[in-house]
Amino acid sequence: MFTRATEYGVTDNALFEYALGLGDTALVLGQRMAEWLGKAPSMELDIAASNFSLDLVGQAQLFLEYAGEVEGEGRSDDDLSFLRDAMFFRNLLIVEQPNRDWGVTMVRHFLVSSFLVLQYEALASSKDERLAGIAAKALKEMQYHRRFSREWVVRLACGTDEGMKRITRGFDTLWRFTGEMFELADFEANLVNGGIAVDVRSLEAPWTTAVDDLLAECGIEKPTALQMITGRYLGHHTEHLGHILCDMQYMQRAYPGAKW
Amino acid sequence: MTGSPTNGDWSLYEVFIRSKNGMSHKHVGSVHAADDKMALENARDLYTRRSEGVSIWVIASANITASDPADHSALFEPAADKVYRHPTFYNIPDGVENL
Amino acid sequence: MYTTDLRTAEEKAKAAALEKLNAKPVQPSDATFQARIDQDEFIEAKDEMPEAYRKTLTRQISQHAHSEIVGMLPEGNWVKRAPSLRRKLILLAKIQDEAGHGLYLYSAAETLGTSRGDMVDALHSGRAKYSTIFNYPTTTWADIGAVGWLVDGAAIVNQIPLCRTSYGPYARAMVRVCKEESFHQRQGFEIMASLAEGTPDQKRMAQDALNRWWWPSIMMFGPADEASTNSEQSMAWKIKRFSNDELRQRFIDQTVPQAEAIGLTIPDPDLKWNKERQSYDFGELNWDEFWAVVRGDGVCNRDRIEARREAYDEGAWVREAAEAYATKQRHVAVAAE
Repeated sequence: MFTRATEYGVTDNALFEYALGLGDTALVLGQRMAEWLGKAPSMELDIAASNFSLDLVGQAQLFLEYAGEVEGEGRSDDDLSFLRDAMFFRNLLIVEQPNRDWGVTMVRHFLVSSFLVLQYEALASSKDERLAGIAAKALKEMQYHRRFSREWVVRLACGTDEGMKRITRGFDTLWRFTGEMFELADFEANLVNGGIAVDVRSLEAPWTTAVDDLLAECGIEKPTALQMITGRYLGHHTEHLGHILCDMQYMQRAYPGAKW
Repeated sequence: MTGSPTNGDWSLYEVFIRSKNGMSHKHVGSVHAADDKMALENARDLYTRRSEGVSIWVIASANITASDPADHSALFEPAADKVYRHPTFYNIPDGVENL
Repeated sequence: MYTTDLRTAEEKAKAAALEKLNAKPVQPSDATFQARIDQDEFIEAKDEMPEAYRKTLTRQISQHAHSEIVGMLPEGNWVKRAPSLRRKLILLAKIQDEAGHGLYLYSAAETLGTSRGDMVDALHSGRAKYSTIFNYPTTTWADIGAVGWLVDGAAIVNQIPLCRTSYGPYARAMVRVCKEESFHQRQGFEIMASLAEGTPDQKRMAQDALNRWWWPSIMMFGPADEASTNSEQSMAWKIKRFSNDELRQRFIDQTVPQAEAIGLTIPDPDLKWNKERQSYDFGELNWDEFWAVVRGDGVCNRDRIEARREAYDEGAWVREAAEAYATKQRHVAVAAE
C-alpha cells in the first residue's frame, strides 16, 4: 500500500524528505523547460517556456531552502541542487522524461501541472505554514501552466493529423509514469496524519476526471500501461536524470567550494 | 474573430494594456498568434513580464480601421479654428468665481 | 552594433542599383520630408516617406531584431549549466527579455510593410545580417559575465540615442528595450566582480573572458567614421544620432574604470588616459577580423544560423497545427451563426 522508502536509505527526517520531493520535481521540470530556450516552435513560445522555467525553478528554490533548514545540517538550496547524485533526488520520474517535441512537452506539462495544481491547492492549507505559503504562491503559477498546456494539447491534436500523431505519442510514452504521482510513501503517512503533507491518493480521482475530459475533447483513446513505473523515493530513476545532472551540476563539481 | 494567416507565421494582433484600474487601455505593440486565446497569452508573456498590466485587450490587426495620413488636413485641421470649444475663449469679469 | 550597416561593399552596390531601378514615382519631395525631420517630428507608419528611408529602417530594425534573437544562443548555451539557482533565474530572465526585444523590434519593422516571416527567411537564408558579436563562442561561465557587462554595455550606449530616433514605432520599441535592459549589464558586471574576487581559477577565468570579448565588443560599434559609407544619410534622417567613433569612445571611457575597479586588465597595451581630450586613447582595431566574421567565417556563424533554422523547421508542424485548428474553429463559429 505504501512505497517502503525507509528501507532504501530515505532519512528518518520525513519533513525534509517531503520538502525535497516537492523541490526536486519543480527543479527538474524547470531544467527541462529551460531546454526550449532558443529552440521553441515560435519566438513567442521561447518566452512562454522560459516563464514556466522561471516559475518552477523559483518554486524549487523555496522548497529546497526550506528542506535545508528542516535538515539542519547547513545545506543551502544550491547545495541540495548541485551536490546530490541521482539516487538522492526525489523528483517524480515523469518530469525527467525528455522534451522530444512541443507536443510531448505540452502533454507532459498538462499531466504534471494538473497534478501540481491539485497538490498545491491541498498543501496551501497544510499545518506547516512554510509549505502552505509556498504552495499558495505556486498554485497561481501552476493554474496558468495547466490552462496553457491544455490549450496547446487541444490545438495540436485537433489541428492536423501530424499534431494528433504527436500528441497521442506523448500520452503513450508518458502514461506509465503517471501512477507515481498518486503513490504515498510510508514516511509520508505520518505527515499526512499530522495535517502537514497531502494525501496524494485522494488526488487521483479529480486528476483522472480532468485528463479524461481532455482526452475526450481531443478524441484520443485513453492510454494504458501494463505497469506503472515508480521509484523516486527509492532513488531509482530513469536513465535521463543522470544526464540532466551532468549539465546542471557541472560548474559546482568542477570548482568545489567556489562562490558564483 | 481571428485575423488572416500571414506567411506561416500566424496573424498579427495589436495589444492594449490597462496598467492599473482607473487608467484606460493603451496600445503597447503587437504579437503574432494563431488564435485569439493564444494572442492573449502571448501578449501576457511579452508585455506584462514586469507587472505592467492588470487587463489586456488583443485585436487582430486586420480588424482595425485607421485614418489615412493623406486625409490629415480634411479630418483634423477644421477643428483648429473652433476656439470657442475651449474655456479660455471666454472673458469673465474679474472677481467672478466658480466658473 | 546591432544596427550598424554590416553589408559588404558589393552588397551595398547591388542594393543601390536595384533601388534606382525600382524607384517609386510617388514620394514626398526630399525637401518636405527633410523639413519634418529637421523640426524633430516623429515619422509614423502610414506617413509618406522616401523609399530609401523605408529601406534603411527596415534593414536596420530587422537586423537589430535578428541580433536579439541570435543573441539568445550564446547565453542559452549556459542556462542548463548556470552555477547557482539564482544565476540560473537571472540568466533565464535575461535571455527571455532578449526574445521579447526581438519581438518588439520585429513588430516595429513590420509597420514598414515587410512581414516577420520574410525577415526571418532573410536571416535563415543568410541574406540578412546580425551583430558580429554573437558569432563568438561562450566557452566558460565567465563569458556570460563578459557578455552582460561588455556586449550589453555597448548595446546600451548605442540604444539610448535610438530612443529619440525619427521613426516613431522604432523609438517606442527602443524606450521599452532600454528600460528593460538596465539590469542586463549590471548582472554581467556582478558575475565578473564575483569571479574577480574569487579563487585564482575564477579570477583567471574572468580575465580570459575579458581578453577574448574586449576587442569584439568595441568593434560592435562598426567601422571607423571615415570608412562608414551610410552614416551620413542616416544622421541627416536622424535615424542615427551619433557616429560610430563617438559611441565607441563613450563606451571605452565608461568601461575602463569599471575594469579597474574589480582588478581586471583591459587587453590593450596602447590604452592610456589622454588628459587633453579627457578620453582614453586606444590601439588599432583588427578590421580584417571584423569583416571576416561579417562574411561568415567567425567561430560560430554557421552554428548560429543552423540552430535558428533547425528550431524553425522543427517547429513547422506546431505552427501549422495551430493555424489549422484556428481555421477549423472559425468555420465552426461561422456555421453556428
